[in-house]
Amino acid sequence: MAGRTLYDKLWDSHVVSEASDGTCLIYIDRHLMHEVTSPQAFEGMRLMGRKPWRKDSIVAVPDHNTPTDHWEKGIEEPISRLQVETLDANILEFGALVYYPFKHENQGIIHVIGPENGTTLPGMTVVCGDSHTSTHGAFGTLAHGIGTSEVEHVLATQTLVAKKSKRMLVRVEGQLGQGVSAKDIALAVIGKIGTAGGTGFAIEFCGSAIRALSMEGRMTVCNLAIEAGARAGLIAPDEKTTAYLEGRTFAPKGQDWDRAVAYWATLPSDPDATFDAVVDLRAGDIAPQVTWGTSPEQVLAIGGRVPNPANEADPVKRTGIERALAYMGLQADMPLTDIQVDKVFIGSCTNSRIEDLRAAAGIAKGREKAANVKQVLVVPGSGQVKRQAEAEGLDKIFLAAGFEWREPGCSMCLAMNADRLAPGERCASTSNRNFEGRQGPGGRTHLVSPVMAAAAAIAGRFVDVRNLH
Amino acid sequence: MKSFQQLKGLVFPLDRANVDTDAIIPKQFLKSIKRSGFGPYLFDEWRYLDHGEPGMDCRGRPLNPEFLLNQPRYRAAQILLARHNFGCGSSREHAPWAIEGFGFQVILAPSFADIFFNNCYKNGLLPIVVGEDLIERLFRESLASDAYFLDVNLEQQTVTLPSGEAFGFDITPHRKHCLLNGLDEIGLTLLQADGIRAFEARHRRNQPWLFA
Ligand code: SF4
Repeated sequence: MAGRTLYDKLWDSHVVSEASDGTCLIYIDRHLMHEVTSPQAFEGMRLMGRKPWRKDSIVAVPDHNTPTDHWEKGIEEPISRLQVETLDANILEFGALVYYPFKHENQGIIHVIGPENGTTLPGMTVVCGDSHTSTHGAFGTLAHGIGTSEVEHVLATQTLVAKKSKRMLVRVEGQLGQGVSAKDIALAVIGKIGTAGGTGFAIEFCGSAIRALSMEGRMTVCNLAIEAGARAGLIAPDEKTTAYLEGRTFAPKGQDWDRAVAYWATLPSDPDATFDAVVDLRAGDIAPQVTWGTSPEQVLAIGGRVPNPANEADPVKRTGIERALAYMGLQADMPLTDIQVDKVFIGSCTNSRIEDLRAAAGIAKGREKAANVKQVLVVPGSGQVKRQAEAEGLDKIFLAAGFEWREPGCSMCLAMNADRLAPGERCASTSNRNFEGRQGPGGRTHLVSPVMAAAAAIAGRFVDVRNLH
Repeated sequence: MKSFQQLKGLVFPLDRANVDTDAIIPKQFLKSIKRSGFGPYLFDEWRYLDHGEPGMDCRGRPLNPEFLLNQPRYRAAQILLARHNFGCGSSREHAPWAIEGFGFQVILAPSFADIFFNNCYKNGLLPIVVGEDLIERLFRESLASDAYFLDVNLEQQTVTLPSGEAFGFDITPHRKHCLLNGLDEIGLTLLQADGIRAFEARHRRNQPWLFA
């Protein structure tokens, strides 16, 4: 038998049945939920008189709508409050393994808390009504986003109707330079293959640069797989994975732990496994990245200049560039380092873990935000991250630099709560999407790594963080 | 779910690549806990000059005259003609709900984002992948015409142009069956409940820690 990839192994071990056209019924081990994409699914269950197939597969948390300050005031916006209260009521009625309601000490972004409490494990299938579910693939987990109808389908049947994806290998060899991080790898990959480059694929990331990343960094890379069009990003589990998981609340214990670790060791792609596509990058070539447009593929290394539409031959692409420049309020050919920022956001399921905050604090330490920067929001990914950061004194560093230290949540990643950009405001953001209006109507988003965001806050414009070190 | 068999529908050409689900339905509308009522807010930031909020009555809102969908001739459009990577970004199913709520039943594009593509089928919307050459021609012809109609037949898997020329398209037998008959996928899957239980028992023996 030909060798199998990590993806093949995860897929094969979850097929309940396969139809003649290749459509499969896939068993789902973990169902993550938040307040935005679940109400209609619970409603559907109720209408049909259905019960969850396995409520102990559910991990739920409100994150998109929750405020990040003045928790004592509750959720002031009535529609946001209704959505969060609807999740409370639905979990009360239908049940869950884990539920961290608003203000719970462990509340946070669903993609941060799953790995953190050990409910995300290698070898699992994980779904969530949220495209950044790809994050969990960092553990050697088949994890992807689903729509609300599928949320209902998983609730009712513990399965998903799906077809196998093609397999892509993204290999990053070599050593990252100082000041260059997982975020830059991911943006460089998206810049190279485009936002549709991974469509129809599950991407496995491998190579020495990926192995060298911490679990936090690996989550950042897999988180952004969806921005390259791939529903799932994967990284083979190794000693770092097991070391990260050992002792976490829901990680296996005792004999189960030993059996699990032995099983996980069988998951990596076989040496003779083949892929449908292979992309190679050299880590040493990757510089800190900054997006200039309204799609994550509109990205450049910090030394670059904003593209000139006149140089683009393809008419569809040319109008795309023109529209992006107009929306972003940028001039063709201007150096990225001339772009001034109004706000900075450090957070989101891409970059709100402890390591991200440590990296940002390393830049902020002993410095102060520039006068032209109106606000720098630092939003930890979970209650646990927040406590850890405070124990390390990171909050003090941020506050001394004039940054704001907030309560956990999605916050200005998509601005469903009160944290948002005003029209025309420009933001250096560690989140994952720079779409028009994503961080507030008319808001302009540049995606960067945590150190690049912190450096932009200090300089008041984009700078090459490597010059600050 | 609504069924879909055949439609002779008016085409609206949306001449932009990488149209993301944030553009299809901006995030403030995700706060609804309902499944319907999103049609008036489809492409909200492009369609209106003011800022839309859920529950707003759209009849009095200032329309953006530059946005083609606002022209009276497209009011009854049922077929959306789109470009590369349509529906990328967030997995929100509110996007197909809004498209369907507006009155569209078919989307033609050279490529779609995966999750969006999947979500369409769950909501009685038919996404059709069309070759670049044909897409170019459809854009050219529809933009040059006051009322450009296409005839989409799911049973035959064909799209027929006004000229009478017909083009085939692909769809998996499972999706076709569900769409033609408007079948509820959960009910279909639950017919296999015994198989799921048998798999689950095996899975539990192999990886008991997943069930702890
Ligand atoms: S942080 Fe942003 S991308 Fe992540 S789950 Fe929240 S809203 Fe989605």
